[in-house]
Order: sequence, then C-alpha cells, then structure tokens
Amino acid sequence: MIKERQLNTFVLGLLILIPIWAYLNDEPFIITLMTRAVIFAIAAVGLNLALGIGGFISFGHAAFFGLGGYVMGILAWHSQSYVTLIEWPIIFEGTKSMPLIWIITILLSALLAAIIGMISLKTTGVYFIMITLAFAQMMYYFSTSWSAYGGEDGLSIYMRNSFPGLNTLDPIQFFIICCTILFIVLFFMGRLIKSPFGLALNASRQSRQRVEAVGFDFHKLQLTAFILSGAITGLAGALFADLNRFVSPSMFSWQLSGEFIVFIIIGGVGRLFGPVIGALIFVWLEHSIGGISDYWHIFLGLILLAIVLFGKGGIIGLVCREDTQNE
Amino acid sequence: MSLVLIAEQILNGLQFGIMLFLMSAGLTLIFGVMGLINLAHGSLYMIGAFIAAAVASATGSFILALVAALSAAALAGAIVEMTIIRKLYNRDHLDQVLATFALILIFSEGTRWVFGSFPLYLDVPAYLQGAVTLPGGIQYPLYRITLIVFGLIIGAGLGLLITKTRIGVQIRAGENDREMVSALGVNISKLYTFVFALGAALAGLAGALVGTIQSVEVGMGEPVLILAFVVIVIGGIGSVKGALIGSILVGLTDTLGGIFLPKLFGLFMDLATATNVGSSIASMSIYILMSIVLVWRPTGLFGQKI
Amino acid sequence: MNEPILEAKKLCKTFGSLVAVQDVSLDINKNEIHAIIGPNGAGKSTLIAQICGSLISDEGSVFLASKNITNLSTEKRASLGIGRTFQISALAKEDSVLQNAILGAVGASGKRWGFFKPILKDTVLRDQAEHCLEMVGLKDLMNQKTATLSHGQLRLLEVAIALTLKPKVFIMDEPMAGLGSDGTKQLTKFLDKLREQAPILLVEHDMDAVFALANRITVLDYGRVIASDKASSIKKNPIVQKAYLGEG
Repeated sequence: MIKERQLNTFVLGLLILIPIWAYLNDEPFIITLMTRAVIFAIAAVGLNLALGIGGFISFGHAAFFGLGGYVMGILAWHSQSYVTLIEWPIIFEGTKSMPLIWIITILLSALLAAIIGMISLKTTGVYFIMITLAFAQMMYYFSTSWSAYGGEDGLSIYMRNSFPGLNTLDPIQFFIICCTILFIVLFFMGRLIKSPFGLALNASRQSRQRVEAVGFDFHKLQLTAFILSGAITGLAGALFADLNRFVSPSMFSWQLSGEFIVFIIIGGVGRLFGPVIGALIFVWLEHSIGGISDYWHIFLGLILLAIVLFGKGGIIGLVCREDTQNE
Repeated sequence: MSLVLIAEQILNGLQFGIMLFLMSAGLTLIFGVMGLINLAHGSLYMIGAFIAAAVASATGSFILALVAALSAAALAGAIVEMTIIRKLYNRDHLDQVLATFALILIFSEGTRWVFGSFPLYLDVPAYLQGAVTLPGGIQYPLYRITLIVFGLIIGAGLGLLITKTRIGVQIRAGENDREMVSALGVNISKLYTFVFALGAALAGLAGALVGTIQSVEVGMGEPVLILAFVVIVIGGIGSVKGALIGSILVGLTDTLGGIFLPKLFGLFMDLATATNVGSSIASMSIYILMSIVLVWRPTGLFGQKI
Repeated sequence: MNEPILEAKKLCKTFGSLVAVQDVSLDINKNEIHAIIGPNGAGKSTLIAQICGSLISDEGSVFLASKNITNLSTEKRASLGIGRTFQISALAKEDSVLQNAILGAVGASGKRWGFFKPILKDTVLRDQAEHCLEMVGLKDLMNQKTATLSHGQLRLLEVAIALTLKPKVFIMDEPMAGLGSDGTKQLTKFLDKLREQAPILLVEHDMDAVFALANRITVLDYGRVIASDKASSIKKNPIVQKAYLGEG
C-alpha cells in the first residue's frame, strides 16, 4: 500500500520518461501513442469533475470532445482554404494558431455545456444519463448531415496547426504541448478540489440538503461544475483533432463517451490522477492486445466487467491506502 | 406535396414508432420493475436480427426465423440476467451503466467474431411483398402495414398481460414497491428474470422485423437503443403507455420532420441550402422534442414524480 | 427590541387529500427555547420544512427578523440566518469531520465561490470550524472520516455545523434522538447555554429535555396547534395530557 501522492508522482514520471526514452531510441510511434493517452487523459479529467466529484453521470461528454474537434477543424479548414468564415461584424478567415483555437474552443465548449447543463440538470439519475447521451447523439447526427464540413466523411486538415516558437509536426514537440496542457489542467483541478467550490461540490454529491443548509445553491454548483467539465473536455477534442489532423462525426460517438467513463473507473472515480492512469492503461491495452487480436474489445469488456463487479475504486483504490482527508 | 405523400409518411412514422415501442416497452419495464438501466438492450435487438437472418437463410421460413429470434433473445436475456445482471440490482447507476456497457462490447465483438464483419441480409417473405391499396388510393408496402398491425397486437397483448394476469399484477406492484412485493412472498428472482427475458424477447423480435427493412449488422442496436431512451424520457420511466405514446411521437417527428423541415426552409432559402439546413435540423428534431418535453415535465409525460 | 426573531403565520400545507399542516402560527423571541411537540404524524416535520424552505407553503407566511422569507429558497434562508439540524443526518459522510464543519463556515462567510485557495489553509475559517467543533466536544475527532462517527456524535456534528453559521435562529429537529442518557444530559446543558447566542426552535420527543429547556411549548396534533403556552402551563393542560403526554 502506498500513498496516493506517491502513485501520482510515479505516473508523472512515466509521462515524462517514456517519451524521452522513445525520443532517444527513435520511436516516434510511441510518442504519438503517449500523446493520444495524454489527450484522452485531459478529456477524462474534465469528465471526472462532473462525474467523480459532482456525482452526475454524463454519458454524453463526447458532445464537447467533438465540438472541440470541429471548432479546430472549421477554423483551420477556412484558414487553409482561404475561405472567409465570417463577414460581419469583422472579416474572419479562420485561424491555424493553436492558442487562438484553444481559447475559442474553451469558450464555445463552455457555452454548449451551459445549454446542455441547464436542460439536463433539471433531471437526475437515469433521466440525466439518458439525456446527456441523447444530446451527444444529436450533435452526432447534426454533424453527419452538415455536408459543408464533410458530413460523414469528416474533414482533413493537411497541416498541423501552429504554436509560436515550436515545430508542431515534430512528435515530441507536439507531445510536450499536450503534456504541458495536461499538467496545467491537473494543477488547476488539484487546487479546485481543495477550494471552497470543490469542497461544496463534493459535499453536494453526498448530501444535497447539507450544502443547501449552509447556503449553497445546489443547481448553481452543479451547473458550474458541468460547464468547467465541458470546457476541459472540449479542449481535449481540439488537441485530438490536431493530433490526427482529422475530425469526423465519430468524435461525437456514444462509444467515446463510454470510453471516457471507462478511463475514470479504471483509474479511480473522483481521484485526481484516476483519469490519467485509466487513459494510460487503456491506450496501452488498445495497443498491445489490439495488436494481437482484432477483437480486443471483448477483453476490454471482460476487464471492465471484472472491475465493476469485483474491484471498486479502480487502480488507486487497489494500490493506495486511504489518506486522511486533511492534507 | 400531395396528401398521398403525407399519408405515406405518416404511415412510415407510425411503423417506425411501433417498432421503437417494442424496444422501449421492454426497457421501461426493466427500469420500472428492477430499477436497472440496461445499455445491453441494443445487443439483444442485434442478436434477434442475426439469429433471424441465419435461420431464414438456413430454413427459408420467415416465421421460423421470427420464432428463433424471439427465443434466442429471450434465452440470451435470461442467461445474462441470471449470471451478471442479478449482481447489479443493488449497485448504483454508474456501476450498472459500466457493466452493461461492457456487455455491449462483449456482444458486439462476439457477434462480429461469429458472423464476420459484413452485413447479413434478411428478406421480406414472398407472401408479404408488394403493396396494398389503402382507402384514398394510397399504395403502401404490405410488409410495413403488417409491422404496424403486428406491433399494435403485441402492444395490446402486453397491455393485457400487465393489467389482467397475475404476473402483471406482480409487475405493477414491483414497480411501486420492490421490498413490499418480496415481503409478500413473491419469488422476486423469478419475476425479475421473467421481466428481463420478456424485454429481451421484444427487443429481439423488433430486431428481426426491422432487419428486413434495414441491414443486419453489428452495432445496429445502439442507435435504436438511444432512441428508445429518448422515448422513455419523453414517456416517463416505468410507463408502458408512455412508451407507446412516446414512440409514436418520436416516430412521427423524425419522419415528418425529415420531409417538412427542408420544405419549410425552402420558403425563404434556395433549394440546396434549404435541403442541407432542413435535413440537419430534422436530424435533431427528436432531441429538440425531448428537450421541450423535459422543460415542461422533468419526469416525462407519464412518469412518476421523483 | 421586542420583535420576534422568527415568526410563522397561519401556515398550511396539503398533500393531495392529506392535510399535513393547518393554520399553524408560532414565534420565537431572543434568548428563548420554543419547543414543538406532538405525536408522530402531527405535522412537525412538515412544519419545519415549510419554515426552512424545503417545502413551499400553500398558505401563510414566514418572517425572519421581520423579513418575509416565505418564498425564498432553502439556501437563501440559510444565508439569511436559519441554522438547521436534521432529524436524519445530512452530512458528507466520506469527508472528514473538519471538512463538514468548515463547509458551514464557508457558507456563512460569503466566500463560497473560491476556486483556487485550499480551504483548509484559510486560517480564519478553519479556526472558526475548529472552535465550533470544540464547543460540542468533537475537536479530537476532526481528522476522522465522518462515516466512522457514532450516531450521537453525528448529531453533535450537525449542531457544530449549525454553530458555524452564526445563525439568527436555530431550528433543531430531534437532536436528542439516539443519544444515550449521558449524551442527552450533555446536549441539554449545551442547548441551555446556546439560547443566549440565538433562540432555538426545538422539535423533540424527549419530554425530560423539553421541560428542562423550553420556555414555551407548542403542541401539534393532526396538523393543528392544540395548545401553545408557557412550559409550566402546558404540563398541566388536560387536552395536551390526553392527546400526548398521557401515553407516557
């Protein structure tokens, strides 16, 4: 049994050392794999705020992931094709600058989360799960029928977007960008969990009456958490589309929403590094078992079933001893 | 835009809705009686379709294929219930979602392993091919009319089962108060297995029936499952009546929306843009309907107040 | 000032065909403990819910320090000065005792929307929380997970959280329930002193505690007030004795 902090440090070490090893041994594919894991981790960290801490099970976070992807795709496509995106009030021809894309993504994802949240959070339990799932489906079908941006076939972005001072096509440099974002997100999430808001959100999951009795507006807590959560997952989507230089309706798929939840459960629900551990393990399994068998999803299903039926708390629950809360 | 065309589309919407009802009825019963959210329902739909296709091509008999589909799905449902689902009744929703999601993965890949990646084909039997002439001079495929009628008969049967039989009483009581029912000496395990298998059979039947109109392939169940969720949200969890009304609403909205929205936009946009925008909005119309219902009634039209 | 701190006027609440609360009025003044007693099903919990905001009244009004709070939400009423403890513990069981207590201090401070500063490092709020825990004797347990506390300790934690709110009025729903005789004696002594900080509206079944503490007692039966008077008079009231006290 080790302390959670030690496990977290170990994971951070893996995130840094594996890509360095791959870089020194000229294995760019491993770097790309790690980038994929890191981006999935960001998406799942976003979801964990709503699901793990807030306690509401969103089965539709792919809505934000896909939105991020399409925001990036649309902005970059207009820029690469020299087609004007907006003519009024200012002329805007899209952009291929990552920082600008990220800012727009975060804002639009937050907006979408506000809309979906305001409707969905009026409900609880099973209704909430189904409704979030339904909204993601809505985005999926909308994107397949919107032929201006590729419809079902999706949109290809020939060149990776640019970041000042870096060669973003170089796998290790793009990895460093994504990993830095993950570290920043983890830092903020760590502070958030210990902040008044985090304490209240976590308590609201356990007892609505308790937080209301001390003056917190339950709905505002939930909606705020949902918006933050959607914004983070949306950012991950923009990065994912950039990694693959491709965006398609599959980024809205319900399978992806489910996979985000799977990352969290493998690592440990509500735990800061849970999503990171889960994403790493998932990508590793996908690569190793998927390399052997075409039907690796059966193994994933069996592993998942085993975890749910027998191994509550995920990896962190298995490996770490319970900390006193007041650190 | 002729009346004949509109009537045809209404019938299409009805047919779509009735088939959706078979899925939703099972789903809403399972949730109402056992409190279980079951994502694997779509897999049972898929199993029904695959078994029907396999049996139909082996024996040439559509009736046999339907019976096989129903039985196979019911059997699969019963086995899954007794081995895995049973362990989930006392767990929280997250566990149920994840475990049944795992089942989807296992079933989908398992089916792909057994049957391969290419879609199978299930043909409309010869005696149901062709069109009938309905009042008003409307020509409509015989098969689809049969689906509507058949679906309504099953719906009626389900209604009778729930209102007039002993098991129906147990189901309705179980929906209201699980602990009480078990305290009254009803064999809860058998009841739950029955309800689950019943839901599975309905799903498998729906899969087989729709498999003739659409292709039979892995992953065919999940889009229908999600629509069934929308239906239940609209109709109210636990209410079979809600499932029927919700299904018909969803079926009609989807079909008619797809026809009329592009035309509506065509009033003030050019044809190409109108078709584009119209069909995009039409694809979202069901979810917009769901949102409107939810804002008005957060537990659905006939749901119990939580 | 002779204004009552809390005033409920002619509250009514009906559920379908069940009349839970009918025409109930009461008030509470400074330094006072006002007890509400009555058999099970008399409407006490409904009344409390109406005063605290978890139920919207069909008719009637509630005033806190002369401010009309009848249509305000639970959390709004809490921030205006209602300090409630629950009959069935409403606590974050996975969190530590201190975390539960500090939540109250945060709620009262108006610093609710902080996103960055670790709350346990806020010395002002932490001291407040620890102080309130100390007052109920739970300070030694402050790092323990709340779920490990005994039933009696959970009731005390509820009281401690209410203390952190520095409310204008305490509304306590059966705080003695499940406490042994020692615990009851201690809590009774504690509440006796607490009334000086803020008046207490006390729902209780433990008659010894009620008569030891209450200045006034309101008796409910079938949703109506059947008597409301000084504690000493209630003890002698024949209607009350027949309806409630006579059963022991």
